[in-house]
Amino acid sequence: MTVLPYLVAGWIFLIGVYGLVTSRDLIHAVGCLAVTQSSTYVLLLAVGYRNGGTAPVFADAPTDSRVVDPVVQALALTDIVVGATVTALLLALVVQLRKRHGTVDPDALSELKG
Amino acid sequence: MSPRVRLWVFLVGAAGFAALFAAACLDLPAFGTVPHPYGVRAVHAALSHHTANVIASVNFDLRAFDTLGEESILFSAVIGTVVLLRQARDEHRKDPEPATVHPPVRRFALLTLPFALLVGLYVIAHGQISPGGGFQGGVVAATALHLLYIAADYRALERVRPLTLYEIGEAAGEAAYVITGLAAVLAGSAFLANVLPFGTLATLSSGGTAMVLNAAVGLEVTSGIVVLLARFLDQAVEIEEPGEGGGSPRDTRDSGGNGDDERERA
Amino acid sequence: MDTARLLPLVVAVPLLGAAVLVATGRRLPRLVSDIVGCAFAAATAATALLVLFRAGHPGPGGYPVEWVGGWQRVGIVLVGDPLGAGLAALVSLLVVAVLVYSWRYFEEPPRRHTGSFPALILVFQAGMCGFALTGDLFNAFVFFELMGVVAYALTGFRVEEPKPLQGALAFGVVNSLGAYVTLLGITLLYARTGELGFAQIGRRLDTEGPDGLVLAAFVLVTTGLLVKAAAVPFHFWLPDAHAVAPTPVCMLLSGVMVELGVYGVARVYWTVFSGPGGLSHPDFTRALLVLGVLTALLGAVMCWQQRHLKRLLAFSTVAHTGLFLIGVAVLTPEGISGTALYVLGHAGVKAALFACAGVLLDRYATVDEHELFGRARELPAVGVLFAVGGLALSGLPPFGSGLGKAAAEEAAGHTAVWLPALYVLVSAVTGGAVLRAGLRIFAGVGRRPRDEEEGGPETTGEEEPETGGRLGRIPMPLLAVPAGLLAASLALGVVPAVASAVGRAGALFTDTGGYRRTVLDGHAEAVPAHVPPHWQLTGILLGLLSAALAITLATLAVRRPVHTGTAALLAPVRRLQSGHIGDYVAWLIAGTALLTALTVPGVR
Repeated sequence: MTVLPYLVAGWIFLIGVYGLVTSRDLIHAVGCLAVTQSSTYVLLLAVGYRNGGTAPVFADAPTDSRVVDPVVQALALTDIVVGATVTALLLALVVQLRKRHGTVDPDALSELKG
Repeated sequence: MSPRVRLWVFLVGAAGFAALFAAACLDLPAFGTVPHPYGVRAVHAALSHHTANVIASVNFDLRAFDTLGEESILFSAVIGTVVLLRQARDEHRKDPEPATVHPPVRRFALLTLPFALLVGLYVIAHGQISPGGGFQGGVVAATALHLLYIAADYRALERVRPLTLYEIGEAAGEAAYVITGLAAVLAGSAFLANVLPFGTLATLSSGGTAMVLNAAVGLEVTSGIVVLLARFLDQAVEIEEPGEGGGSPRDTRDSGGNGDDERERA
Repeated sequence: MDTARLLPLVVAVPLLGAAVLVATGRRLPRLVSDIVGCAFAAATAATALLVLFRAGHPGPGGYPVEWVGGWQRVGIVLVGDPLGAGLAALVSLLVVAVLVYSWRYFEEPPRRHTGSFPALILVFQAGMCGFALTGDLFNAFVFFELMGVVAYALTGFRVEEPKPLQGALAFGVVNSLGAYVTLLGITLLYARTGELGFAQIGRRLDTEGPDGLVLAAFVLVTTGLLVKAAAVPFHFWLPDAHAVAPTPVCMLLSGVMVELGVYGVARVYWTVFSGPGGLSHPDFTRALLVLGVLTALLGAVMCWQQRHLKRLLAFSTVAHTGLFLIGVAVLTPEGISGTALYVLGHAGVKAALFACAGVLLDRYATVDEHELFGRARELPAVGVLFAVGGLALSGLPPFGSGLGKAAAEEAAGHTAVWLPALYVLVSAVTGGAVLRAGLRIFAGVGRRPRDEEEGGPETTGEEEPETGGRLGRIPMPLLAVPAGLLAASLALGVVPAVASAVGRAGALFTDTGGYRRTVLDGHAEAVPAHVPPHWQLTGILLGLLSAALAITLATLAVRRPVHTGTAALLAPVRRLQSGHIGDYVAWLIAGTALLTALTVPGVR
């Protein structure tokens, strides 16, 4: 299967979203969001792969060696930083929410309706 | 919506998404054969600036503007967390209690700490020539400090962690990045242009401004992660919820700050 | 120095300001940190205006284009086309207004972190300006996330209360998920073209025919942008976040951030997908028109039903976003320029209305229409501003929002004859809802509303004031800012130079080939033929009709008791806004499927 790595990314995305939709715990939901995001890492790196390519670091490799795409790796790094910070911020919100509502169950949050 | 309806809405949507995504994947070139015009240009550009780690070159030279945004995301997330996890009006602090640590754990953590810190700094310093850089090394270095929490207790960690200094360090890292970019403008080039000498490929001083920007990010990430973790640890260790008794309320008038300043003075 | 060199500074200057505020925030007194914040925001605004001026008077290379770091075609490009530069200027000016408004706000900033609120606002400014100016798809994602992260933190700023936390969490989860969907789409485009710049991707796409990959990339990239734009069914986060965010933040969220989502959709379509290798024009028009009409109608209906004043204004933003999407969907220069003017006018009016709601909140500790009945008779000045805002929102000539509405509905009428009627209806209902609330709160007209059902599906407006205590005397900035914003909105409709500049901006924005040549080849392009927005008799009459309808609706509503019949009829619609994160996520995925279904005939 030459497209399997791409399809895996889609699968990870949907699994994460399923977790978000059915979540009974906001910390679990934030975790699921991180799962969804990992689909973007998988897709980025899968797209950047070249058959027979090595890491794009020329410290001890000849400068004409075949390397995988460095751009997607840089993008994945940016993506990881974004994901980590968003997770931290959302967890901070959940910590405070637990104190104010006494619960982390999304079904029990009913302040905003209609 | 009831959980059942919600699940159905999701399933219908997921079916559509899956069909769309699968159709896209089938139209993609086979794995490993995608053409990379930009990637090839990036490799040439990196080598022309004597940066061995092409990823670092993309991050700190070609697309340094992305990294400015990325660094700012971390920067603002840290300010955001400081604001969100502040001590609320109705909460109070108690002093962390000394903890007993099993000797093997203590020995292991104390042994690992200097080693981990060194690895972190090494990874930051070698960003332009080997895999790693400011982001990766910064996280390692910041985490290394927290081994002290495992080796001893929270009070020991607080002694080696003057938060004010780290908050200033975070802002300094962000400012250094912007100022490096502005310096290039003052030198008559484009914003964030690589105006320093490029050095020799695969040596520590190669890469020109990429090296400087990498260091700025290293400073920002190390300090930022320390501040971030401090906020979460404060919530777990020091801050008591309204109505939760016990402990020794330290300063109930203190709304929104933390006790660091008092501790520094003491 | 070349003006194009200034483009990155529009992003860099506020970031530097934020770093300075965070580093020195512990030592600075409140007043100084506010002044420093305002100074950096104003410097950014001046830079943005300079770029905008240069975009209006181009040199030999066309409008300003800057490759950051000097990396021609390898790095990230910033494009100061008149529309992008204009949005950056709008963002910056509104940020200055917001910082002045919050001068006396937040009597208790987080201790020893006095600088953190203005610092966050400055980073927010940098993110929005960067998003407006960038010509690179991944860079757009980075700035999209930057403004998102700041906005989540700002929304949850008041941690002592439960509501803001819940709203911020829903906002964060839904928007982040949308951003990741966009990133999947960006990756697909990179896999096909191996490029990241708008212009480069577009050129590469046009060398091949459209297929499932291009369609998927369009749907995924657009989904995230539509989440930000709060289009139905991606809109659920918006009312929850706007109702609870601090008022100055609401002014920015409703005034510009949501509109940047619409801008993103239009920018990406015109630069990347509008060629023969992208998505055909009829398919795009169909998809966006359906979503736009749904958004406008749902927003208007929900807006009318609200009693929580900030939530009412939030739903009115949803309704207006729907109208903006329609203006983009018709794919003409006139549609774009009319919508751009509408966005400008709307930003001033909506920010002014939120500012008035903020005054009420700080004085009476509630923004509930029913509880406030007649209590604000003592604030005639705020009442006048609120009423003027309501009329301007309904599209009354000669406000900028009125001229924008007139031009956009004229452009939309060429696509479907019934669309102008929708513009009139939606702006009359939203303006009428504001006027109804104003009549009750500031004049105490009609019968005191009764709270008939207890515990119904409703969010009431009890809130904590955002200042230290309740306000006695209203401080000057809290009145001057909304008055200034309304005056600016009026000027937009009256000064002919604005309309002609916006017309030119719309024409350049929709010139796909011209954009790609200016960015990649440095060619100056002649401005394509276009009709700038101008007052026409039909436009004036329809504007007067909307305003008259709004007044009639408001008067009828306060004179007559609530129709329990209609309320019951709309109850299922209101229950959809459940406040449940799982629901919102499920709708987001369903929305992606809906967008797919609407565009799928595009694959040949």
